[in-house]
Order: sequence, then C-alpha cells, then structure tokens
Amino acid sequence: MSLLHFQVLSAALFAIGVYGVLARRSAVLILLSIELMLNAVNINLIALAAYADTVRITGQVIAIFVITVAAAEVGLAMAIILRLFRHRSSVDVDDVDIMKW
Amino acid sequence: MLSLDMAFWTMAVVTVVSAAAVVLLKDVFRAALCLVLTFMVVAGLFVLLSAEFLAVVQVLIYAGAISILIIFAIMLTRDVHQGNPSNRFRYPALVLAALLLAAIVLVVIKTDWNQLDSRVLPGAPTEAVGATETGVKNVFSNTTPVIARLLLRDFVLPFEVASVLLLAAILGALALVREGEG
Repeated sequence: MSLLHFQVLSAALFAIGVYGVLARRSAVLILLSIELMLNAVNINLIALAAYADTVRITGQVIAIFVITVAAAEVGLAMAIILRLFRHRSSVDVDDVDIMKW
Repeated sequence: MLSLDMAFWTMAVVTVVSAAAVVLLKDVFRAALCLVLTFMVVAGLFVLLSAEFLAVVQVLIYAGAISILIIFAIMLTRDVHQGNPSNRFRYPALVLAALLLAAIVLVVIKTDWNQLDSRVLPGAPTEAVGATETGVKNVFSNTTPVIARLLLRDFVLPFEVASVLLLAAILGALALVREGEG
C-alpha cells in the first residue's frame, strides 16, 4: 500500500466516471457518474495529505470544500432534472436540445 | 502492515467493481444503490488514510444526504425505470476513458511526489513526521483539531464563500422547482 496504489485507484474511479458521463443518456445517471469523479478527486487529495503533506494536512481541508460543492451541485442538478421531467416527461439528455442552434 | 494491505485491496476491488456497476447496470435504481456502496467503501478508504473526520463527513453527506436526493429524483422521474440504453458514443467513450486512465497513470508514475518513504501512522512518534525542529506533533493521531485550525484560520475566506454558495444553491433549487409562473 503506497501513494501510487491510491493514485491509480483514484484514476480508475475517475475514468469510470468519465465513461459514464459520455455514454449514458439519462440525466440522473450522468449525475451519478459525476459523483464518482468527485469521489475519485477526494481520494487523491486525502492520499496526498497522508503521504506527502504530513505536517499540514491541507488536502483534507480541500476535500471538505469539494464535498460542499458536490452537495450544492447535486441539489441544483436535481432541481433541473425535476423541472425537465415536468416539462418534457423525459430525462434523456438527447431530447434536450432547445439551447442548441 | 499486512492487515492494512489486505484491507486496502479488498476495498479497492469493491470500489472499482461497484463503480463499474454504476455506469453499466441497466436498472437506474440498482445503479444508485451501487453508488451508495461505493460511497461507503470510499469512507473506509479515508479511514485507512487516517482521515477519520472526512470519513464521517463522507458517510453523512454522500451516503446520507446525496443518496437520498438521488433516490428521490429516480422515484419522481419514473420513466427512467424502463431500461437505459447507452447512447451512440458508447465505444468512443470507452476508448477515451481508457486513454485518460493510461495518461493519468503514466503521469502519476513519472512525477516525483516528494513523498515520505513510508506512511506516518497515528501512533508513530513525532520524529517520523520529519518536522521535529518546528515542534509539529504527529497530526495523524488526531486530525480534527488540525482541520478546524486550517478551516477557521488559513481557509476562512473559502469557508465563508462556501456558505454563500450553499445559500445560493438552495435559493436556485427552490426557484427552479417552484410551481406556478415560468
């Protein structure tokens, strides 16, 4: 168990999230994939705090900010998805092209 | 150290498998449940990295609040239950994700992370931290006061901005879902 292990694990989680964002059609599932990517970032920050910044564990504080922003983001995204569903009876992102020209 | 290694490998495998299930399962509700499992195991990884406070925050906010929100959204948008085909970008997305993974791993291996030779475990003496002359104690024996001092002293401006961000997000969400005009 070393820093490299945690970083590769975090990279794997991030890549899975990127695949989910690009390949899924449902807005809810895209949101779930974004949460996976944010978690990957948190693992990376905390692993670096534990292995390379052992005097001031700044990574843990930045992880707290990431979690805060994630909570705000999920709340807003859920509101947008519910609004979308009420308007169009669908949460398929391929259907939502009114802002495209 | 062996038991720590075993814990790490178990949690790493569960994390990757359940994360893959999140993006591959057809049933949205099961995908959300796999996401909750991923959150819980990531909290375990935080404990392994001696970040107990972050692990508790992870369970409270991710496994608690965010999962409830997501399950609510799935229940309220019922049509997503009927299977969920991938879009036409499935194979390009797979290639792109694999390339991204390869690039990140390459950079991680090539970079000098300026890390210590081995982990500083919570019970280790102060000398192991490598900062005896500045009088710094082993922060990993109790991280919460250290985080509090950083949050309320060095990072006090971002801390306040985060509260404004949360307020703005609440107001925005309310304005978006309000019935009536619009």
